[in-house]
Parts: sequence; C-alpha cells; structure tokens
Amino acid sequence: MGQETFQQPNEHGYYGKFGGAFIPEMLHRNVEELRTKYLEIINEPSFKEEYAYLLKDYVGRPSPLYLAERLSEKLGTNIYLKREDLNHTGAHKINNAIGQVLLAQRLGKKRIIAETGAGQHGVATATVCALKGLECIVYMGEKDIERQAPNVARMKMLGATVVPATSGSKTLKDATNEAIRDWINNPVDTHYVIGSVVGPHPYPDMVARFQSIISEEIRKQLKEKTGSELPTHVVACVGGGSNAAGAFFHFLDELSVQLVAVEAAGHGIDSGMSAVATKLGTVGVLHGSKNLVMQTADGQVVEPHSISAGLDYPGIGPLHAHLYESGRGKFIYATDDEAVEAAFELTKLEGIIPALESSHALAGLKQLNLTKKDIVVVCLSGRGDKDMSTYMKYVK
Amino acid sequence: MSRIKNAFNKKPQRVLNVYCTAGFPALDSTLDVMLALQDNGADLIELGMPYSDPLADGPVIQDSSAIALANGMTIEKLFEQLTGFRNKITIPVILMGYMNPVLQYGFEAFCAKAAEVGVDGLILPDLPQYEFEAEYGAIVKKYGLDFIFLVTPETAEDRIKQLDKLSSGFLYAVSSSSTTGNDKDFNAVEKYLERLQSLKLTNPVLVGFGIKDKETFDAASKYTNGAIIGSAFIKAIGGKENVQQATKEFLTSVLK
Ligand SMILES: Cc1ncc(COP(=O)(O)O)c(C=O)c1O
Repeated sequence: MGQETFQQPNEHGYYGKFGGAFIPEMLHRNVEELRTKYLEIINEPSFKEEYAYLLKDYVGRPSPLYLAERLSEKLGTNIYLKREDLNHTGAHKINNAIGQVLLAQRLGKKRIIAETGAGQHGVATATVCALKGLECIVYMGEKDIERQAPNVARMKMLGATVVPATSGSKTLKDATNEAIRDWINNPVDTHYVIGSVVGPHPYPDMVARFQSIISEEIRKQLKEKTGSELPTHVVACVGGGSNAAGAFFHFLDELSVQLVAVEAAGHGIDSGMSAVATKLGTVGVLHGSKNLVMQTADGQVVEPHSISAGLDYPGIGPLHAHLYESGRGKFIYATDDEAVEAAFELTKLEGIIPALESSHALAGLKQLNLTKKDIVVVCLSGRGDKDMSTYMKYVK
Repeated sequence: MSRIKNAFNKKPQRVLNVYCTAGFPALDSTLDVMLALQDNGADLIELGMPYSDPLADGPVIQDSSAIALANGMTIEKLFEQLTGFRNKITIPVILMGYMNPVLQYGFEAFCAKAAEVGVDGLILPDLPQYEFEAEYGAIVKKYGLDFIFLVTPETAEDRIKQLDKLSSGFLYAVSSSSTTGNDKDFNAVEKYLERLQSLKLTNPVLVGFGIKDKETFDAASKYTNGAIIGSAFIKAIGGKENVQQATKEFLTSVLK
C-alpha cells in the first residue's frame, strides 16, 4: 500500500491499519454515495466559491493568528493562538458544518442530522441549516444536554430539534449511535453531518479536508509574522480529532514540525474516569471505523469521562490512531483540573476565555519543555461561553 | 453439508428463525430459551451476543442487550454456556453480533471456538463486503462457518447478487430500511420481496425486521423461504418468570 503521505487514507479509507468503513448494509447506499461523490463535489468551482465566500463573510475567516505575549513570557517561549474561538458560533466546528451542508444540498438532501457533545457542532449545524432553510435534527446525550444548556437553547432558537440520547453513557458516543440509527431509518433524503474526523470512510478524510483551512491559514499567517511558514510545534486538543486534524493537516508531511495532540485525562489516566483513547484503548471498531477504542476485555465500549463534553469520547479518529502508532504525532494528556487551571491562566494573562476542550491544549504546553527558540501554534478551538457554569464552580 | 443447508433442504418453506439475546432475560436462561424455541417449532435460532453499542438495533433489542450485559454476559461466558449444547439442540444456531467484541476476543479464536462448540454460522452486520473479502472471509471459511449477509430495499440488484454469492446458509433480507423492531408499512415490503424472488438467488432468503406475528410471518413467507422474528419475541419473554411458557405461547400464536 506504501503510504507516502499522512494526509490521505488509501482508497478504502485506511490510515495505516486504522479506518475503513465497518457499516451495516442499511447504510451502504448513503455512505457509498458520499464516497463516490465527495471529492468531485468539493472540487467543483461553484462549491469552492460558495464555501470560500461563506467562510469569509459569514464565519469571519481567516481567523487571526495571535501572538499571546504575556502567556509566551510566562512559559518562556513563543505562543501563537489560532483563534478558532472567534469564528461565528464560537468554534472550529462551523468550518466542517458549512462544507457538509453545501455538499448535502448538492446531493439533493432535504433533511440534516447531527450528533453533538459540547453542543458546538450541533449549534454550527443548526446555524447552517437555518441559513439554508433545511430541517435539522441534533442528537445529544442527556447528560450533555444538562451540562451545556446554553448551546441547547441556541440550537432550539435556530430552529433545530434537539433529541436526547438516553442510552448507554448518555454522552457523545450515544448521541452518535442515535444519529446513525436515524440515518438507517431515513436512507434517502437525509445527510448525516458527522462533527469530527470519525465515522466510516469517507468521513474522516472529508472532515479533515474541511478543517484543513486552519493549517492553510496558519502557514500564511506565520510566514507574515515570523518569515517562516513552519512552526516548531502545533498543539491541539483531541476528542474525535477534527480541530487537531485541521491544525495539523498542512504540516503532516513536514516532519520538522512536532504535532502535539492533547487528550482528556479526566480525573487522571489511572482513575477509571478519563478519555485517553490512545493509551487506554485497544484496536476496535467504533462508529464505523477501526480505531483505538476504550473497552473492556469483553469488547464492551466503556463510558469515558472528561469535564469537557467535547472530549468525552471513547475512541479517536483513524488519522490520529495512525499518527499515534506511527510515532508521527506526540500524544499527551491533561486532567480536568489542569485544563481548568490553564483556562484561568489564559483568561488572566490574555483576556481570552477558552472552551474547556481548548483548555486541554493549553494545559499540554507545560509538558513540552519549550524554549525561547520554539514557535508554538496552539489551536484555540473554541470560546468558553458555553462552559461558564463549570468555570463558575472554580471561582472563589 | 452444513446444518443450515440441510434444514432448508428438509423444509424449504415457512422457515422460522427466531432471534434471542444471550443472557436475557436471565444470565442462565440462554439455553432454556433455545430449547423452548426448538421444542415449539422454531427452525433456526439466531443468538445475539449483547453489545454496548448495537448500531443496527432498535430500542427493544438495545434494552435486552443492556440487561444481558448487566446480568454478566460475555462472549467467554456464552461459549461456556454453549459447550455441550449440541447434546440437546439439533436445529441450526447462528451467532449474531457486532465486530468490536469479536475483534477483542480475536477474530480467528472466535471462529474456532464457535465452530468447536457447534455453532453453524455468523451474522456480523458491521462486517461489510470489502472487509470480508479482504481479510475476514477466509477465516470464516477455514472453520466451516456459514456467513450471512444482509440486503435491504436500497441494495442495488448487482450488489444483491454479489452478496448472495458471498453468503452461505441463507441471505438475510431486511424488510425495510430501518433498525430492528421498526413497524413500517408491510405492503411496500411485499413489492421488494417480489423483486427479490424474481432474482433467482442461490441462497434461500429469510426476511427480518418488522416480522412480529402470524400475519407478517405469513406475508413474508409468501415470497421467500421464511422469516426472522426478533424484537417481538424479546418483548414476549421480557420480564417473564417462565420463559418456556412465554416462548410456547408466542410461537403458537405465530405458527397457528
Ligand atoms: C471547542 C471545541 N474544541 C474541540 C472539540 C473536540 O472535537 P474535535 O476533537 O473533533 O476537534 C469540541 C467538540 O465539541 C469543541 O467544541
């Protein structure tokens, strides 16, 4: 198979030994339609034009690359924040939601479904559906509906139907199961907008392409600011892995750039309450792809834990599983407490309240032995508005 | 000749395959339920291996899986329960489940053990054609197990033929595009079954999903070799003290 690039899977959707499309026949028609058409559609001039236009005038791209001077000084290095938090709807998720909804329209789909954890992907999808006048149904774990109330309200105001997932751990994994079941039951008119680089081929590749705008911009912006397109490090948090995939994408084959993925360690990696799929997972099939899955000896998927709903996922996208196994990526983790501490630090030093997910990436910085010579880009994947009730518990 | 093939040769029409979840309603009820199915007219048994994330299943089978897991059912435990079961049960038994637990057990070790205890075939809905042909199909064959693919009303004709070729034992025709236990209009289903009948497939065809009583069983059997009942049976034995009695009553009502 001889993979020359980390950027793309082979024709069957494999990144190394991870990926593929482990789907029941009931999904075959939909997934096959996507697989055979997505590249053609996203390369059409009219698609590219509309996508670029919406990213610019609707989302507000390019998102700034901001030199966080006070944080840099404190950590003794140079930290640039890729400000995905400034996007319309407050996170990177909108890049993918716009891409997929435009694609769905071109496939003639009338009904859009999505899963959501933190609610950011649900809000992004509901937003684009409002813009395009499409019906939108968002599946969300019952537990996440409670802890991300502001986003639930936003989705409802945007006209989406929010359906609670009440099975299993009642979080992102179960919301994804319910969305897949919906798709099985609605095989003709519905497109499933998956929110991360997970799911059966071609989703991981398609979502990575839509998020790759992040690193495309970083290269240009860094060149303007430092004279070089290449940083020494790119750091991002990983739930399913879409903001990391986007931030890494145009650096994947630049081997001088260290790619750092930060997973959620919850109460601690050995606590039984965490979500570090690379170190705690084994090869398995979850949501249609072979990846690293946190599971029991009997192959039952375990309920992960993270303070951040967007990282509370027991698997990891196949691209990341491959980056982990091949050693191309450096995978570290941060606990709930470390993430919250990093969030308060950024807020105090820079006046930026990050999403809990992104705070994990910030917390990871402390583990990297950075020096003044390093140029570090951190993907600030989202803003913290949705997490205020959690943060307030830490205000003395 | 495989036990499944034999069964269809002996009785090609109105074949009734009943799905039950291993370890449901009680951990040790697996064999009692299977025996009761055999004694009351089931021709085949589809034994579900419970999984935490059963994507293709509706709420009834999801719940039975959750209960079975809470009861302590595992693949290891199931093989223990099945050891020696051929002394009592002579009808074909097919294991149905999802790839993840099977991979975790070890795909080859799983096939070897299944064949050793006397299981006849496998249904793994999330093991699709490409993966089967590239890697797993050869292992299934090596242990002499039948493998049953699913087709749906959305499956194109040439693909139905390919999946028929890859299958052995029978072909599983999902009655409508849905998860298990869904009540969609059965009239639309009849058109699709007629179409399947006209394709002259090599395997017998059993219809599943939405078959729940005498009426739907009869309708499915009109066009194909028979049908598979799942959710309706799970509902019938759920919470019952006497699973033999509940099984008997249910099968009598379907087969009367
Ligand atoms: C702000 C933010 N960052 C990160 C994530 C995690 O997703 P991914 O790993 O796909 O980027 C989420 C998911 O909800 C999110 O809202």
